[in-house]
Amino acid sequence: MTSIPLIGEAVAVAAEPRLAGAKIGVVTFPGTLDDRDAARAVRLAGGTAVSLWHADNELGDVDAVIIPGGFSYGDYLRAGAISRFAPLMSKIIDAANSEARLPVLGICNGFQILTESHLLPGSMIKNDHLKFICRDQTLRVENANTAWTVDYTDGQEIIVPLKNQDGQYIADEKTLDALEAEGRVVFRYVGFNPNGSRRDIAGISNAAGNVVGLMPHPEHAVETGFGPESLDGAPRDTDGLGFFTSVLTKIVGGDK
Amino acid sequence: MTTETTKKFNIDTVEHAAKTPDTELPWAELGLKQNEFDEIVKVLGRRPTGAELAMYSVMWSEHCSYKSSKNHLRQFGEKVTEEMKKDMLVGIGENAGVTNLGDGWAVTFKIESHNSPSFVEPYQGAATGIGGIVRDIISMGARPVAVMDPLRFGAIDHPDTARVMHGAVAGIGGYGNCLGLPNIGGEMVFDSVYQGNPLVNALAVGVMRHEDIRLANASGKGNKVVLFGARTGGDGIGGASVLASESFDDTKPSKRPAVQVGDPFAEKVLIECCLELFKGSLVEGIQDLGAAGISCATSELASNGDGGMEVELTSVLLRDPTLTPGEILMSESQERMMAVVTPENIAAFEAVMDKWAVEYSWLGEVTDTGRLIITWEGEVIVDVDPRTVAHDGPVYDRPFARPEWQDSVQANSFTGSVEDAGRPSAPTELAAAVTELVASPNMCSKAWITKQYDRYVGGNTAMAFPDDAGVVRVDEETGLGVALATDANGRYTYLEPYQGAQLALAEAYRNVATSGAVPMAVSDCLNFGSPEDPDVMWQLAEAIRGLSDACMELGIPVTGGNVSLYNQTGTTPIHPSPVVAVLGKLDDVARRTPSGWREDGQAIYLLGTTAAELDGSEWSNLRGHLGGLPPKVDLAAERALGEILINASRDGMVDAAHDLSEGGLAAALVESSLRYGVGARIALEELMERDGVDLFTALFSETQARAIVSVPRSEEVRFKDMCTARGFAHLRIGVVDAAGGKLEINGVDELSLDALREAHEATLPKYFG
Repeated sequence: MTSIPLIGEAVAVAAEPRLAGAKIGVVTFPGTLDDRDAARAVRLAGGTAVSLWHADNELGDVDAVIIPGGFSYGDYLRAGAISRFAPLMSKIIDAANSEARLPVLGICNGFQILTESHLLPGSMIKNDHLKFICRDQTLRVENANTAWTVDYTDGQEIIVPLKNQDGQYIADEKTLDALEAEGRVVFRYVGFNPNGSRRDIAGISNAAGNVVGLMPHPEHAVETGFGPESLDGAPRDTDGLGFFTSVLTKIVGGDK
Repeated sequence: MTTETTKKFNIDTVEHAAKTPDTELPWAELGLKQNEFDEIVKVLGRRPTGAELAMYSVMWSEHCSYKSSKNHLRQFGEKVTEEMKKDMLVGIGENAGVTNLGDGWAVTFKIESHNSPSFVEPYQGAATGIGGIVRDIISMGARPVAVMDPLRFGAIDHPDTARVMHGAVAGIGGYGNCLGLPNIGGEMVFDSVYQGNPLVNALAVGVMRHEDIRLANASGKGNKVVLFGARTGGDGIGGASVLASESFDDTKPSKRPAVQVGDPFAEKVLIECCLELFKGSLVEGIQDLGAAGISCATSELASNGDGGMEVELTSVLLRDPTLTPGEILMSESQERMMAVVTPENIAAFEAVMDKWAVEYSWLGEVTDTGRLIITWEGEVIVDVDPRTVAHDGPVYDRPFARPEWQDSVQANSFTGSVEDAGRPSAPTELAAAVTELVASPNMCSKAWITKQYDRYVGGNTAMAFPDDAGVVRVDEETGLGVALATDANGRYTYLEPYQGAQLALAEAYRNVATSGAVPMAVSDCLNFGSPEDPDVMWQLAEAIRGLSDACMELGIPVTGGNVSLYNQTGTTPIHPSPVVAVLGKLDDVARRTPSGWREDGQAIYLLGTTAAELDGSEWSNLRGHLGGLPPKVDLAAERALGEILINASRDGMVDAAHDLSEGGLAAALVESSLRYGVGARIALEELMERDGVDLFTALFSETQARAIVSVPRSEEVRFKDMCTARGFAHLRIGVVDAAGGKLEINGVDELSLDALREAHEATLPKYFG
């Protein structure tokens, strides 16, 4: 028989009961699409996912928050521009900036909401080719010291799906220089820049490293057989799991 | 929550209609025939009011009433065995059929056309096609989990094709991506017969627990009728605007679009909102609003229930306050649903609406009078038996006859024709022919389209384009899932409609089995020309007869579908195009079989035998020939092949499988090699000797009931024994070669995978940017 694993096989996560106590909130806005996927990723990484509703005024006792992808409010105004004003967002902004530095991950539309919230600098505009694009994208991890990347290594290349219409990251040169200098460019597109993003930037962090946003979708690369294509029999479809194990590791305070 | 009506109309009440029998009504402008209008008068015992006329005209249209096809469509319900009914939980007639998947799961799927709107306004036409079919799925109580889109456009190099292609693909993507539904496959065909009549079909599939199945009926006297979702506007009224004469003033917005405008965000919210209603068991009956809008929803809910219904039309929330009663009844504004709610559940229903910020208005209630009564500020403007509107429309036995030209078309075989001159035979010619084939408009890579669709969302997509079938996991615990494929071949069906429709079914069935799934159910979208043309009517009648016979023989029932007629420009119809969708079941999607091989040294087997069948083939199409007879249909062989593929998948005997269809073995070998960039060494001498065909025929013939598989060394004996035991032809034709980076076929010049990929992938970008 071949070495190609069956899809849906248990992913390579050690069963760690201590992780299950870590609660990660997943926010749903009207038009959010990837909330169930993000919750599944948390579960597969060993943590407990908690649904959060945009209109709520309390964050509850979550240890981290994921703002998932989608088209909140249809992206009819500007991606993320309306969601940014949700009651829950002000709680998230406060918690992210507090002493406790709540870990926050924004994926795709979530990244757009984070830039609209000014938790992260810059903005996203329409892809340079003006079309929606869905592809398996290679990324280089440029900073493996953020709350969401400690389980990767600096320079590691991973493949995760990318799917968006407004994914072109832009910022002024001064901001870009500062991001580079401070090691806040967390992910860069490798081989192919799919949307014209400045300096091939796929994801960035805030200064403290607890808030990370990126356009590609690590939550779609957490389960064998349901992620990016594994060419030549080498499974690459769980490359995104490290995001979720990273934050769990950080929450429970264990060593890497 | 009622709309304030500031406009006062000269309302044509039932009372007024009874007193003014001789009033001229614009029935002809609304598309009704004299005999149909007379029938309405007979049914009502008086002339219809303007509002009633509006309702009957849309509900008795071809689109809603299937009046030309109904007599033939019956066969789908008649040619069914008890065995076929076993897993059918809901059959034809509801919004979509429902099939039992086991473990308490049920699946519902349906394919529909949105052809004409997609030609007029490709983006919105295609977008709202997705929206409409998805609402059909929600109406059954299901969570939609995937979509597919079979597309047929005019000639690839015609200037108008780019307009339709860009718009339709962007519309499907723009709407579908925003709903969070993975697009898992479809078709793409270019042919000048579709130049003025592109076919934009859309399929949606949804899943639910058995207890969550919902039906469109209004039962229980005193239960409330509610309309929710988007507001009602003037879009999609079309020819009905003649009713503007009802109005006193002429300051109405001009030029209402006949094509509906989609709002995918509203639909996404509507999906979540409906699922929450279902979860709380807050609705008794539910119906989406599609064609014929409120006319359809009220008359169908009322006639499928056990009583009548009373509705106050001024309670409908409007986008445009100047709409007349008739226009409100006919509007096809998107993203609307109608439900029946018990008085006890009103508060809980409203809480769900408020949570999702969805607008709603209570229109009336269910009665036991057997009448559908619609009022306007209390005055009765509709008083009908809802069955007469929804179900008792006219039915026509349209004359049909085998066209005079059919014999001469069938006599004109490709082999030996002028177009067949210089048939490739030398190794260089054959290599060039293979490359030309895989770069041709119908056989080239569809990635330009599919990369504009989200295939990942939901996290349950186990297979999607370019594999033979789309596969979606249903149960995350057990891996239970479904596979879906759609197919049609307009050229085959033009040559012989009875057989052509069966070939469409056979291919979709084969595709599903190739993925490892057990075929279970069928949905069809019958795209044809005008039923008033006896030639076309014969094509339709033959296609339905062929398809229903084949379903019976394969043992899989039709659970729903749609008929799209009048697809013709002037007197020239499209090729008859019955698009057939087959749904299959996988006990564990982990066992699904992809179309490409990966492991070096695995044996490649060809299942089935090859005859000289080039009529109607892609190769003959490339040479500009269309004539002769399509490939033979052998449903027993299809069934046997299917069982082999399913068993091989279940028992881990094959790692890759790809069906042979358009483009024959040549196309399949290239596609299986390019899938993972892993080549193969192939020798066809034994096949040529066994089947008595030359190398060209072995590569390009489109004989049915064939597939190629790659078999691990350790499984070869077991696999061969299984084929032998089942008496199915199988032949080892080569071996997977991971190192070479090429496809080697004895007697054909070497084909490097890089060159093949470039040729395969360059075509769509060349024409569409």
